[in-house]
Amino acid sequence: MKELLANPVLVKEIKLRFRNIKSFTGLFFYLLIMGIFVFGFINLTSSISGSGFFRPEESFMLFSMLSYIQLGLILFITPGLTAGTVSSEREKQTLNILLTTAQSSFQIIFGKLLSSIAFLLLLLVSGLPIYSMVFLYGGVAPSQIASIFLFYFLTLLVIGALGVMYSTLLRRTIVSMISTYGTMIFLTAVTGFFLILSVSLSSATMGTGASPLSYFWACINPGVVLLTLLEPGFSDEIAQMTGIPLPLWVSYSIFYTLIFVGAIWLSVTKLRVNMNKYR
Amino acid sequence: MIEIKGLTKKYGSFYALKDLNLSIEEGTVFGFVGANGAGKSTTFSILATLLQPTSGEAWINGINISLHPHEVRKQIGYMPDFFGVYDQLKTEEYLDFYGASYGLDAAQRAVLIPKLLELVNLSSKRNDYVDLLSRGMKQRLCLARALIHDPKVLILDEPASGLDPRARVEMREILRELKAMGKTILISSHILPELAEMCDTLGVIDSGELIAHGSVQSIQEKLQSEKVISVKLTGDYIEAIRFFENDPLVSQITEIQDRGILQFLYKGTEHDQLDLLRKAMSAGLPILAFSEEETDLEDVFMEITKGAETL
Repeated sequence: MKELLANPVLVKEIKLRFRNIKSFTGLFFYLLIMGIFVFGFINLTSSISGSGFFRPEESFMLFSMLSYIQLGLILFITPGLTAGTVSSEREKQTLNILLTTAQSSFQIIFGKLLSSIAFLLLLLVSGLPIYSMVFLYGGVAPSQIASIFLFYFLTLLVIGALGVMYSTLLRRTIVSMISTYGTMIFLTAVTGFFLILSVSLSSATMGTGASPLSYFWACINPGVVLLTLLEPGFSDEIAQMTGIPLPLWVSYSIFYTLIFVGAIWLSVTKLRVNMNKYR
Repeated sequence: MIEIKGLTKKYGSFYALKDLNLSIEEGTVFGFVGANGAGKSTTFSILATLLQPTSGEAWINGINISLHPHEVRKQIGYMPDFFGVYDQLKTEEYLDFYGASYGLDAAQRAVLIPKLLELVNLSSKRNDYVDLLSRGMKQRLCLARALIHDPKVLILDEPASGLDPRARVEMREILRELKAMGKTILISSHILPELAEMCDTLGVIDSGELIAHGSVQSIQEKLQSEKVISVKLTGDYIEAIRFFENDPLVSQITEIQDRGILQFLYKGTEHDQLDLLRKAMSAGLPILAFSEEETDLEDVFMEITKGAETL
């Protein structure tokens, strides 16, 4: 592990990222906005209800809203942070030198991925104290926060790996960026649309709520999976409707782990030319 | 030692490199010369494991570049013709990053980096940001970077291109030092005289094909099939022109009247040349001087690459 983290690309990229004042300004504004949102919500809710206190169900609502905001943050920022990691080196003419060093392709890709998502991880971790405010008012179990953060981490890794993959395969950063955002939109909006479509079709034709296809669209949609983590009862409902007892988060983890492994494998194998291909 | 056998790189029907065969001895400096697009960078990119050859093989210090590219990377220091640097990285950090990339530990890097900066005369710039250095300084820094893991072989693609005369001289001095250190150096340029004085052997490449290989002198002799002869006369050019026109080895006679000189191209050997002079004297031509013009390497290079230029 120590060897993995002593990765030269990772160390260099993190040094460059945090030497930049933009990173700290970004972090400052993120925490500021999140703080205003949380305190504003608490104040507003307690003053509207007139009771002067913040109820656990309101605390849970705040927690759910924050969870979706953070998911949105991951989905929209990760492509921007990762889709230029390799292609920008190509554009800046630094890639060839990097590829002639003794670093393995895996080391380079791993360093690039981890350094790109490090900033987002920092955002999430630094927001934890604000996020944990909800504990003061009850309604949310600590295990729920842990599972949601694991879910974030997996989603972050996968979107990041896809960004690095496109950045390796495509020559230009702009094309890589569009492809990564395209994939992200597919995984969220398109799967969401197909989920609604398949649920409507199933209820129209079979009279039941959902088909195995609906389960498939639901299990790859981060928004739906987050909902099952927030409301575990929803996961049981889906199991009953589709007849598939496997919780959505399990299928999600398997599917996204496969995407992650595939994206990293492609990036590692395509980063350098195969010198022996002509044989 | 570098061994290249039948190395070929094809893009569709276009040969960027065609059946290159070359052997470079250990500790020597090999100059690769050719016009832009002749195939120098293609060859170097293949040797640096950045480009896959269509066919052929190459070995660096006995290691096959196709079979063991990772091992080859440890043996070579590569400097591309065009390269960029990272923004917001200091000179020392730049070398530190590449040192770490070659597996050197922090203690080794701490000892090596000041030495390398001294070698390339950048000690005073150790805390400057690399993107703010001049082009010449960046070139020298890139050379220091290529040396960080003490490679046995250096592959330098046009290291002096785009440099002002002073920076060129500095680069040449550094290369001399590296040669003295016993490195095997492959260096390319599209300017032949630039390489001639520092190289043990030269290879001339044109349209992807190696057209000459050997010492500077042997290449000059091989490529220069015709020499330029100047004859200084005291008068009667017409008679002299008529005489030289009759010799089958003479061509392209030109008259430089204000200097009283006739110049022509001559294909014969030194013995033929002596014979021609004897005959001219016997014919009673008023010859004051008969000499072979010095042709510099630039002329030879222009002559051999003119085919490529007209493409």
